[in-house]
Amino acid sequence: MSDLIRRTAAELADALAAGETSSVELTQAHLDRIAEVDGAVHAFLHVDAEGALAQARAADDRRASGATASALDGVPIAVKDVLTTQGLPTTCGSRILEGWVPPYDATVVARLRAAGLPILGKTNMDEFAMGSSTEHSAYGPTHNPWDLDRIPGGSGGGSAAAVAAFEAPLAIGTDTGGSIRQPGAVTGTVGVKPTYGGVSRYGLVALANSLDQAGPVTRTVLDAALLHELIGGHDPRDSTSIDQPVPALVEAARQGAGGDMSGVRIGVVKELTGEGYQSGVQARFDEAVQLLVEAGAEVVEVSCPSFVHALAAYYLILPAEASSNLAKFDAMRYGLRVLPEGIDDPSAEEVMRATRHAGFGDEVKRRIILGTYALSSGYYDAYYGQAQKVRTLISRDFAAAFEQADVLVSPTAPTTAFKLGEKLDDPLAMYLNDLATIPANLAGVPGISVPSGLAAEDGLPTGLQILAPAMADDRVYRVGAAAEALLTDRWGGPLLGQAPDLTGVTA
Amino acid sequence: MPEITRAEVAHLADLARIELSDAELDHLAPQLAVILDSVAAISDVAAEDVPPTSHALPLTNVFRADVVVPGLTAEQALAGAPEVEGQRFSVPRILGEEA
Repeated sequence: MSDLIRRTAAELADALAAGETSSVELTQAHLDRIAEVDGAVHAFLHVDAEGALAQARAADDRRASGATASALDGVPIAVKDVLTTQGLPTTCGSRILEGWVPPYDATVVARLRAAGLPILGKTNMDEFAMGSSTEHSAYGPTHNPWDLDRIPGGSGGGSAAAVAAFEAPLAIGTDTGGSIRQPGAVTGTVGVKPTYGGVSRYGLVALANSLDQAGPVTRTVLDAALLHELIGGHDPRDSTSIDQPVPALVEAARQGAGGDMSGVRIGVVKELTGEGYQSGVQARFDEAVQLLVEAGAEVVEVSCPSFVHALAAYYLILPAEASSNLAKFDAMRYGLRVLPEGIDDPSAEEVMRATRHAGFGDEVKRRIILGTYALSSGYYDAYYGQAQKVRTLISRDFAAAFEQADVLVSPTAPTTAFKLGEKLDDPLAMYLNDLATIPANLAGVPGISVPSGLAAEDGLPTGLQILAPAMADDRVYRVGAAAEALLTDRWGGPLLGQAPDLTGVTA
Repeated sequence: MPEITRAEVAHLADLARIELSDAELDHLAPQLAVILDSVAAISDVAAEDVPPTSHALPLTNVFRADVVVPGLTAEQALAGAPEVEGQRFSVPRILGEEA
């Protein structure tokens, strides 16, 4: 195994700048690693070796002529398969888009290309980002690099596993109810959900567009900040994009890494700790908070009483928006078209029914039908309307909490990674995995998950979630970097250094 | 909280334009009932004077300059279509036979 794949993106950028390596060399090192372990991990749905190497050559040529496109020029990246990539298949983990090759790039992808990051390929995900385990991918699950019998989280399990298995130094995920942060927690990686509207959603195939947000998946907080600054900022093609500059995130991460937390008020959310949380998860969380206190932070307990209703509100709002967004998969303009059996000259509607029957998996059908119910006449006010009111209450809870504290903290996920198949037939149990991450999506506030150590009872990774007010993304980076520095110091190295090597694993 | 029956699920699937097999209906109806039961508590959480929030950003009337920019070519737009005829999407008949 090449030593290059163990380095962080920031270290790789430095090595490129110093002329110690080339983009082609390090892109090839990651492609080799993918070839070696991805049969067992299955983080990728499509690998674009040729395209990535061509982009790497262009980066090397640029550097040879004395120019660089960005701080991460030449550092390769993996992209969740929910973002459109011109000339490269985009399936959203669904049969209904099998083989579809988009004619345009998502803004995030266009910005990565402009910044010179070779795109290694597209990562596995729950179908249309619906799930907490990546088991709902139509192309088979991703396996957690810490234990191949366990889930890597979802829906961005592919992106998290690619980064945790050293197949990519960086990845892009999307977070609708926690799909960047929860996979980050259970794979020992860093995941950031930016402020809603802080990163363009143009070209992101919508699940629930009032909640969806693309963001970084990395191995360090600094790497996330470097990536976030590249992809963030206003996009006139997305009408919900915030027309304000991105805060100085890299600077905040560097400042935080110094470890001084004096003057920072940390709010522990009473409703997001204790009952329902695995004891090892809770213990690692308490320990991380204690380290921040020793570094000078002031801790206050805050109460957000409406958070207990967040899960219910989310599982009404999300299916409602999804049922509407997924109406575009109608077998007419792109994707699968299935002709119903036994009908001569079928109508468009009959073709649509047959195609959606064959093209959508169980979880997608479940949520579309739930959303159709929540929006139907007679139930609209009791369910969807009420859920939107709960959203207001949750935003008010956040506003009140942020008067008492600069950031709010909780464990990212209530448990460590569960076994593949364990919750597949129990959607409610699966949904519970998102209870700590969902409030941030409903209110649009930014959040990060930082590795917080291994749970004593099963030796699996846990995550520390840090939330800040909208547009104060720099705060999550500052506190996240401090927690990372303090914890890494305690462990004597990065948490992923303790993960299985995977060299020589077979599928 | 109204029970969700197998017939109701079939009706919803019809509205959502998804064909469901008998096995899927048998499987889905009880699952949806459980999910709905768990979210039902929400119906009396918020008081009447609480305004709904449909979106986290308080945006209204987002405009951009009315500038003509190149879009996809017909060839690009048709590239992923299941069936094409000339420069058009070829689709199954939309109207019933009696029309």
